[in-house]
Amino acid sequence: MNESRIARRGTSRVALTASAAALVLAISACGGGSSDKGSPTSTTAGTKLSAATLNGSGATFPQAFYETTIAKFQTVQPDVTVTYAGGGSGKGQTDLAAGLVDWAGSDSTVKPEDAAKFKTPFLYFPTVAAPITVSFNLSGVKSLRLTPEAVAGIFGGAVSKWNDPLITATNKGVSLPATDIVVVHRADGSGTTANFTKYLTKAAPTSWTLGTDKVVNWPAGQQAGNGNAGVAQIIESTQGSIGYVDFSDADFAGLKSAAIKNKDGKFVAASLSGASAAVAGATLNADLTYDPLDALGATSYAITAPTYMLISTTYGDAAKGNAVKGFVKYVLTDGQDLAGYSGFARLPAKILSAAIAQLKMVKVG
Amino acid sequence: MTLVDNEVRSGSVSLLAGESPPGRRTDSVFRSAAALAAGVVLLILGLILVTTTRNAWPAFAEEGLSFVTSSTWDVAGAAFGTLAFTYGTLVISAIALLIAVPVSIGVALFVTEMVPKRLRAGVVMLIDLLSSVPSVVFGLWGILVVAPAITGVYTNISSALSGVPVLRTVFSGAPISGRSFFTAGLILAIMITPIITSITRETFATVPRAQKDAAYALGATNWEMIRGSVLPFSRSGIVAGVLLGFGRAIGETIAVALVIGSSPQITQRLFSSGDALSAVIANQFGESTGTYQAALIGMGVLLFVITLLISAFARAIISRAERRIGAESV
Repeated sequence: MNESRIARRGTSRVALTASAAALVLAISACGGGSSDKGSPTSTTAGTKLSAATLNGSGATFPQAFYETTIAKFQTVQPDVTVTYAGGGSGKGQTDLAAGLVDWAGSDSTVKPEDAAKFKTPFLYFPTVAAPITVSFNLSGVKSLRLTPEAVAGIFGGAVSKWNDPLITATNKGVSLPATDIVVVHRADGSGTTANFTKYLTKAAPTSWTLGTDKVVNWPAGQQAGNGNAGVAQIIESTQGSIGYVDFSDADFAGLKSAAIKNKDGKFVAASLSGASAAVAGATLNADLTYDPLDALGATSYAITAPTYMLISTTYGDAAKGNAVKGFVKYVLTDGQDLAGYSGFARLPAKILSAAIAQLKMVKVG
Repeated sequence: MTLVDNEVRSGSVSLLAGESPPGRRTDSVFRSAAALAAGVVLLILGLILVTTTRNAWPAFAEEGLSFVTSSTWDVAGAAFGTLAFTYGTLVISAIALLIAVPVSIGVALFVTEMVPKRLRAGVVMLIDLLSSVPSVVFGLWGILVVAPAITGVYTNISSALSGVPVLRTVFSGAPISGRSFFTAGLILAIMITPIITSITRETFATVPRAQKDAAYALGATNWEMIRGSVLPFSRSGIVAGVLLGFGRAIGETIAVALVIGSSPQITQRLFSSGDALSAVIANQFGESTGTYQAALIGMGVLLFVITLLISAFARAIISRAERRIGAESV
């Protein structure tokens, strides 16, 4: 754990640079990851796969997880080369639709009007989940408890001071100043924004009026950062600020995050176990999509985001098809043990077994 | 040009009639190669414009004129108005030019007229080095170093100007993170200074010795000589340099995306966060689909049109100025 933490630090140090570099190149170089320690413990991928190259692109949210998993997978299956170029969920979806990549990562489900654009039908495979923190920087305040209405008020602009009744009501004994709240959101189109606003739409439907999308019409005068690392950097350097940041970046920047009131009425702080509980509390749809936002369960963390791997139902090239299946299976088995290293929560067994069963639907050759 | 060409050709024809001179063929090959190069550039430019316009068409069709006149950018509500971004682009480019042009002309004059010859190469090299710094480096330097450090300066400026009308509004506002129109303009100014400097320096260097000596002979001081001989002679070169700098400023993406603050608004307060066309395209393109993506591509077309308009405007001014000078000297 200690070692992996350090490794994570190494990658996060360049995270800001990387997010900027990602702006320069839509297609970033595939990450290396550090995985040359020791031999693989088990080979659930089974038989040795023949040589194939699997190109992937899509969501940047799970990119750290996929890169770690790919590096480990290649120690098990040295003949299979897997790449993941990031670029965003939208890019992953259009790339897979056009047949440019063999697999895609996406934080969101494909819109019905876009589903028709896919050359071959595709399947969803949920891979990991992660909490989105509401992180803050307010001197003297160590912990904060927020209701969905308070979060909606703060990010929607209706709550502008730290000592607003909506905040003080749930924070008895915490001295909150009468200073302005500096709201920090994402500047770039992002699945994190989509999930965060989707949560507010769901949990605070009357207070939240900005709708949900990868970019929303934020009130003027708020701050914005590029990528999770950019938002974390602004919060870290700005007194009186609050923003939504994915768990690993908030953790790395050492930000304090608020406990959010979940559907059961309990205030739960962001944690990987809270995210796993939220996933377990969500209903799994027939196509294996699920919505862990504002899920039931006393220990569920309310703002938990899912992420999926999208693959086609048919692969003409047998080597490639078997490699895709092998890789997906690896992500759903051994890969789950790697989730915690990069700040993601593993999925509960019932979802994993449903996903592994769904692999049968992929036709090869 | 063509007149001279024809004369030369007819001369060579009459001289070498009947023979096939080896130089002739090289000449015509060179001529077609040059024409091809020029044609390819124009073709690429045209294709870019056609393709982007076609891809942006769904957004143009859906939004109509409000694509340029509305400032409501609401992806969830499918409203794509770009006025706030256009405003930001123009404001930061203007700030950049206001700072960079005087500095660049000063540097260029310093290098051509004042620095001893043996030091010149060194100074020129250092300035050119600045233009080879990747823009992402300027951007990261902007958010990690400049923005946090400059908030105090902004606060001082706005309190110092709190009694002055107009300026009071322009330089007001509580700078929170230092990411603002002004910071973006400042970073751009540093980025375009080497470009404007090198173009104007080249132009200043072409002022005929005789013209400068004539000014000195009339008893002009160094400054009077520059004002009377160097600057008027270099006017079109300066404008060309400024235009190139403007082109770089208006299209600069990464550095602006990082420091402008990404908060679309139309305000006179230069210390507030804003947003610009290029920054929005860079930030939001990755996750865009459908009409949303078309609107982002449309913003690229808009940038192209703005650059063309301003370039045409500047050329018109300069040709008018030159006609006037011509008329005066007659």
